[in-house]
Amino acid sequence: VTTAPRTPPGPDLRTDVAGLRLPNPVMTAAGCGGPELAAYSDLAALGAVVTRTVTLDPRAGAPAPRLAETASGVLGAVGRQNPGLQGFLATELPWYVQRQVRTVVSIGAGSLGEYAELARRVGTAPGVTAVEVQLTATDAYQTGKVLHVVRRDLPHDIPVLAKLGATGGDVVDLASAAAQNGADAVVVSQGFPGLVMDPRTLRPALGAGAGWLSGPAIHPLALRQVWDIHAALPDVPVIGVGGIRTGLDALGMLLAGACAVQVGSALFQDPSSATRVLDELAGELAERDIDRVSDVIGLAHDLERSRR
Amino acid sequence: VSVQTGPVQVTGEVLSIKRAGAYHHLTLVATGVAERFRPGTFVSLAIGGAMSDRVLRRPLPVYRVRPTGAYGGTLESVFEATDPATSWLAALPAGSPVQVVGPLGRPFALPKEAVTCVLVAEGCASAPMFALAERLRERGCPVHMLLGAATEARLFGALEARRATRGVTVTTGDGSVGLASDVVDPLPDLLTRTHAEVVYAAGPTAMLHAVARAAETHGAWSQTAVEVTAGCGTGLCLSCVLPVVGEDGVTRMVRGCAEGPVFRGDRVRWDDVGRVPEDARGAS
Repeated sequence: VTTAPRTPPGPDLRTDVAGLRLPNPVMTAAGCGGPELAAYSDLAALGAVVTRTVTLDPRAGAPAPRLAETASGVLGAVGRQNPGLQGFLATELPWYVQRQVRTVVSIGAGSLGEYAELARRVGTAPGVTAVEVQLTATDAYQTGKVLHVVRRDLPHDIPVLAKLGATGGDVVDLASAAAQNGADAVVVSQGFPGLVMDPRTLRPALGAGAGWLSGPAIHPLALRQVWDIHAALPDVPVIGVGGIRTGLDALGMLLAGACAVQVGSALFQDPSSATRVLDELAGELAERDIDRVSDVIGLAHDLERSRR
Repeated sequence: VSVQTGPVQVTGEVLSIKRAGAYHHLTLVATGVAERFRPGTFVSLAIGGAMSDRVLRRPLPVYRVRPTGAYGGTLESVFEATDPATSWLAALPAGSPVQVVGPLGRPFALPKEAVTCVLVAEGCASAPMFALAERLRERGCPVHMLLGAATEARLFGALEARRATRGVTVTTGDGSVGLASDVVDPLPDLLTRTHAEVVYAAGPTAMLHAVARAAETHGAWSQTAVEVTAGCGTGLCLSCVLPVVGEDGVTRMVRGCAEGPVFRGDRVRWDDVGRVPEDARGAS
């Protein structure tokens, strides 16, 4: 009889997102990968995987080029290329379910009717962990209307995450409207609207013209949104996304009030980065003698208050 | 013997980078890539080193691999420094660590029988053709090569091609060596003369289109390797898509890195590459 060497237990990484119990707070972000990631990471070991945004009908997406590299980031306009809901439910979703991957289905639509139909059909599919609503609205009124429809037409045991529209305005207003209309949690941030010029053609570089900026460049902007929402609406669960590429970046989001984080464009640079961020986060906590992820969620607000 | 498939993600190490005319010839130690390599597959490299905050990788076609050696498995690639990322790569000193993912994508399909094959490439896109020629010769396929470039400095592998194939035709735009013509110009005659049944091609879109057309005219199959644009290389970012007609006749925007880089030439809607045709559907 041999005794396995005892390794000290790492920090307790479990987190709770609006009643959704996850083994750890690290998810992948919408539009930054799918089953392809399985070659590099154990997807079932992540907090969850957020799918590419699914629309009712198949979408061929935007013309090339769809990405342009920027200082510490990338400007993108993919145009929501996806196989449509039917194709997604027939192939991609069962692939995740079979591998016991916690799957957050990202949905996007151009009208309330489409959002409603997506909610109804995704809601009856087996194995959906949560639904993330990709919002294009940048005002509180429209944001609330979309969330109302999705919440109304989705079974109540499926949490709704509202990925708030990219806004130059007050993100707290959007978060408040989403929560009041049935969102169980809010997700910030989407990419920020941006532009890159092509030095050769002297025109905007992307096929679609303008695009959305993501990557390390937006990390402080996203962190600020998490901070502001948590400060104003401490009871609304927030998921932080934007330029996270290290465990320290993830820790920052948790300190600002996020109960989970999503790794996005870092996956382009390092397809195993979600797993790496999770491992690094555990290391960052252990290094600081912090036993539980739940102990650091919003901690920076408390520390700031006690300093004054 | 187990067949190893799929990509690996490893920290490679630069063994050497040498000039090769207008190009750079990179040799990397990258464990596990060589065993999985098949001609036409590529690797994706992270740019800028450990402190880099660059989001996009650079895809590099693979010239050749050696599964074992004094330094472990190596891979070689020939590339042109066209932007700050590839210039950084070209300037790396020996011993530098580089993050490697590969081999990626679908390889050239090999004929089941010993049929005559013509391999056509422009510039350093010829690099992957030598490993392909070797595989074809192992199968008893007579191989002819057609290499072209704008100038002599932009030709890659013309000498090696003479050793590796039954016949080589070289073209340059300025006539500095070989025929003064476009690389595809001699192809119809070559196909007639050799009775080739398969044409393999690598290079820019317009050239691949011309190759696919010539092959079709001669009743030959074509296998065309498209250039994968900067992005992730791993199928995640959906930036390198092009319109390809499926077996069901439906055009889909498919990824050059994942469903390609090698496509049947008669399946690609060459005139629509760079655009999204009205009738194209979403995929992946």
